[in-house]
Amino acid sequence: MKVELQTLLALLAMAGATYATRIAGFLLPDKLNLGPRARAALDAIPAAVLVSVIAPSMLATGWRETAASLIAALAATRAPLIGVVAIGVAAVVLLRQM
Amino acid sequence: MRGDAPPSAWSDARQGFIDILPPLLACVPIAMVYGAISATKGLSVAETALASALVFAGGAQFAGTELWASPPPILALFASTLLINARHALMGLSLRPKTRWGRAWPFAVFFMADEIWAMAERRATRRPVTLAYWLGEVAPFYLNWVACSAIGAAAGSLLGDPKAIGADFAFTALFIGLVAGFWRGRSTAVVVVSAAGVAALAYVWLGSPWHVLAGALAGMGAAAFFAEARA
Repeated sequence: MKVELQTLLALLAMAGATYATRIAGFLLPDKLNLGPRARAALDAIPAAVLVSVIAPSMLATGWRETAASLIAALAATRAPLIGVVAIGVAAVVLLRQM
Repeated sequence: MRGDAPPSAWSDARQGFIDILPPLLACVPIAMVYGAISATKGLSVAETALASALVFAGGAQFAGTELWASPPPILALFASTLLINARHALMGLSLRPKTRWGRAWPFAVFFMADEIWAMAERRATRRPVTLAYWLGEVAPFYLNWVACSAIGAAAGSLLGDPKAIGADFAFTALFIGLVAGFWRGRSTAVVVVSAAGVAALAYVWLGSPWHVLAGALAGMGAAAFFAEARA
């Protein structure tokens, strides 16, 4: 169970950077007076962030991943979350064997 | 849905626990793959577990393994982590008005990982995100992430190629399912198409991690552009 000092320092630097980004959105003034457009932009954050994170895997990896993403998206219209994951993973495994 | 009587802290915590279970399961292979890669970079099991416990941000941890060397390039790791996690600032901005965390908020935000945040945003479409709900999500997800990273580091190469079991795609499928939870018809479609398109282009032209910020801002911009001007 060894932990080297250099490693610990590097991990603390990464932890500090992460915490800074997590606290940043909470440090703004309490009452923001937003117009309808700013409101819409703020409301769009959850979907916009999630989609952006996975866009390379969905659209810029290969046709198999893109097809599996479509299948997962179809599954998402009716299956619960864990079902979407299972169907998406199964789809990509099958497609990669083609 | 039920919900006339104000829910107790206990039922909030239990609901958080239940809601986070699907993302938690999806993260089992992801964390194990992370641990295995981390071990190949020379980190011990304890160091890998520590990385997951301290940083607790999958994307930044994976990127960290790419940059890792001996001795570790601390400044590069810091900068890369800051950039990859810049999205958290937007996530916090969105979540903050929906939280009821009192003075515990500086502690609570430490655990704002993508999945925990996404389920909280989902919860917030119906009720405020109490501290009990948040911690109900955090406790199992955090322990699972740290434990599975350690197991991955210990098992190492025994796990085989993560691609063969589709483990690398679990994250993508999970996020697709999460996005579906935010679907509100055409206004969401506009956001999703803009964010996905711009993020994919930014990924090809600029590389990671710029695609996240570019896509997120494009999605927000599109939402603002197409917003109906009502007060």
